[in-house]
Amino acid sequence: MKLSPKIASIGSECVACGCCMAVCPRDAVHVASGIIAHVDVEKCVGCGKCAKTCPAAVITIVERGAAG
Amino acid sequence: MKKKKRWYDYLWIGELLYLCLGLFNILFAWLGMLFFTIPLLTAIIGGNKTYCNRYCGRGQLLGMLGERLKLSRNTPPPRFLRSPLFRYGFLAFFMIMFCLMLYSTYKVFTGAPLQETVTLLWVFRLPWQWPEIGMVSPWFAQYAFGFFGVMLTSTVLGFITMVLFRPRSWCVYCPMGTMTQGICRLRHRKEETELGRTGKKNRGASEASGQ
Repeated sequence: MKLSPKIASIGSECVACGCCMAVCPRDAVHVASGIIAHVDVEKCVGCGKCAKTCPAAVITIVERGAAG
Repeated sequence: MKKKKRWYDYLWIGELLYLCLGLFNILFAWLGMLFFTIPLLTAIIGGNKTYCNRYCGRGQLLGMLGERLKLSRNTPPPRFLRSPLFRYGFLAFFMIMFCLMLYSTYKVFTGAPLQETVTLLWVFRLPWQWPEIGMVSPWFAQYAFGFFGVMLTSTVLGFITMVLFRPRSWCVYCPMGTMTQGICRLRHRKEETELGRTGKKNRGASEASGQ
């Protein structure tokens, strides 16, 4: 499966509200242990819906290689 | 791809209903204890923020108003609002006000007169004298008045930040959210250290990719 060139990147100031999880059309974001949201890099297509919704504005869409 | 709606996607109706019921009879304010205890219990017992992530009716309501009704400017909130200092400071302030509310309940319990007012934004005392509260102890009613004030205040703050910033900006500084995230951090201390939450960006993505 070909991976998309972009991907969501979640900043450390994530408040784990789960808004990103609710809007993700690919079910690629999950809130791990109530601390921070995690992105499944294989599922994420970098559509940016989560970034637009994130109330804490901690999600950015980056080039796949740049994540991490 | 549209997501399939589940039963918990309609919990915003419960939040709306709660606010309306409080207008008719202040004693319904006691139901709001569910919004306090459920997230705390899920964080303490389950070690997660499932309540915030799925079942928060207030968050859903603000999201609906902001996104569907387009009431939100949809701009990122200012940096100070997102800072841990503000979040924990607001939690501390909220807890102090909550304790003062408990103290006024205690005063009524020990014989002080019942104050039939709902305090909005900690300052404005709204007369709330039409509900029938004669069937319960005055302290029970006093707690309801105080608690409904807390709920109304947080709703108004959530509404203001929803209009000014992103729809669910309230989630950033919601005292319950801050508290439950703090509990989860305590519960998963070891895990968090292993995952390297040291202020680095994109821990989630890098972890999943094994980088």
